[in-house]
Amino acid sequence: MTYSQRRTLGQTATYILLVLGAVLTVFPFLWMIATAFKPSTDIYSLALIPKAPTLANFAKLFDHAPFATWFMNSVVVAGLTTVSVAFFDSLVGYILAKVEFKGRNIIFFAILSSIMIPTEMLIIPWYVGATKVGITDTYLGIMFPGLMTAFGVFLMRQFMEAIPNDLLDAGRIDGLGEFGIWWRVAMPNVRPALAALGILTFLGSWNAFLWPVIAIDSPAMWTLPVGLSYFSYENFNQYELVMAGATMAVIPVLVIFAIFQKQIIKGITLTGIK
Amino acid sequence: MATVPQPVRGAPRPTRPGLTLAQKRTLWAWGALAVPLLFFLVVRILPTLVALNMSFRQWDMLSPDKPWVGMANYQKLFKDPVFVRSLTNTFLYVVVGVPVQLILGLGVALLIQRVNRFAGLFRTLYFIPYITSAVAVAWVWRWMLQEHGGIFNELLHLVGIAPQKFLGSPTQALYSIVAAIVWQGLGFQMVIFLAGLEAIPTMFYEAAQLDGASPWQVFRHITLPLLNPTIVFSAIIGTIRYLQVFTEVLSMSNQGQGGPLNSTKTLVLFIYQEAFKSSKYGYAAAATVVLFLIILVLTVVQNKLITRKYEY
Repeated sequence: MTYSQRRTLGQTATYILLVLGAVLTVFPFLWMIATAFKPSTDIYSLALIPKAPTLANFAKLFDHAPFATWFMNSVVVAGLTTVSVAFFDSLVGYILAKVEFKGRNIIFFAILSSIMIPTEMLIIPWYVGATKVGITDTYLGIMFPGLMTAFGVFLMRQFMEAIPNDLLDAGRIDGLGEFGIWWRVAMPNVRPALAALGILTFLGSWNAFLWPVIAIDSPAMWTLPVGLSYFSYENFNQYELVMAGATMAVIPVLVIFAIFQKQIIKGITLTGIK
Repeated sequence: MATVPQPVRGAPRPTRPGLTLAQKRTLWAWGALAVPLLFFLVVRILPTLVALNMSFRQWDMLSPDKPWVGMANYQKLFKDPVFVRSLTNTFLYVVVGVPVQLILGLGVALLIQRVNRFAGLFRTLYFIPYITSAVAVAWVWRWMLQEHGGIFNELLHLVGIAPQKFLGSPTQALYSIVAAIVWQGLGFQMVIFLAGLEAIPTMFYEAAQLDGASPWQVFRHITLPLLNPTIVFSAIIGTIRYLQVFTEVLSMSNQGQGGPLNSTKTLVLFIYQEAFKSSKYGYAAAATVVLFLIILVLTVVQNKLITRKYEY
């Protein structure tokens, strides 16, 4: 075999392995969607494309459970959390990177060290506290632990540091105040990092489960994963309904991913490799 | 004594008198940081101390006074067979899940790095599970793993293998759940490894090619050693992730109990049940401290290993 033949063979083998792996990766989603569109009498058939596709399961879903409400709750919670994180984390990151003042290092260290504390250790005090203040079962109760993140502060500080000081000074000469310099000069310079942080925060909040399942009691306040969990347990012998519910939770994320794919993967890379 | 210039009454004051530019900036910084600092104090730092305090108290429905009991909760924990089982299960999740996820993630990354076309498409496809809801995908897997009518058993039936119990079997359930978690986490692993691979300077590969090194030799003596920091980082991050397994077990075990026979129950599920189903807050808080200590040790080890310099 010549070198080029061996190369072609190697490439072909690589593609075959990758395609096989990709099929295995995507299959559970295809199976989920297939089941969601099958009538209940048909779900044990192995057909990937339903013989008689039906929307009945989705109709039942919205009939039996307030899926639309859960969806809206998730949109509100994830949306507000993202805005808050993007605003505060970049503000704190900017100050820690660019404003020199006494106590800066202590603050940075204190915030950074809170990364090491696992959420699990905090949920019991959160729950006890939230109950005392009376904010369980409210949007604020679901959102408050995630309104700012140490990780985001750390990330934004790194990117703020890279902005040339001359640029900030130019803003000062133009008569901008400290707040204006941050908002109008610094922020536009870290847009890619901000986008990555924003999208990852939104996805994380959208999929969050541990704290929301603890913080919310009334079904009207459930987020999509919490509602889906209870709904699935209630209907666990009707997998066509469970899969229709799962599809409802997965599809919006897939749409977001299709639009922001680059930023998401970049965000993972940024955050994964320090 | 030097005379301090006094602001003239009624005169326009363009800036606050008596403050230098640096002082003004400090003032602004603290003003802008006030809310975030309060947040981190109240939502992160204080609850950590509260959890620690709770773990030394009998804090449950039966004791309105919440008396200090010292190490009693911790002693009780390690005598509690369910806790010990949850702890050993959790380690099992780690030692099975982390290596499998690392090896598969590295494998996919190496394959994607080798292809000339469609690399982006493959990366996208492998990444999709990572961003989807753990509750949703756990139920998809539960459906696929179902003993009667689940697609895995249907496929096994086609090739003449008897149906397996999977999630219904005390010996298979944990591994079935690990399979679902690995499947979901693989994309993350792949992206991290792809970035690590890209950071390796191509001159090493060129030099190896000139020396006539085989692909295995290249992998063994160039890729693997230079990827070492990424591998260590991934192993630690992965370990922390697998130590915190919760949603998948809650969704994939019968009634979310971590069964059959506690065979899939994890530390976090144990904490969840003790705190929020049995209201034994002090006892559960002690278990969270144990989890914290394990993660703390790992983080320290990680910092030791990663701050070591790797020169290319």
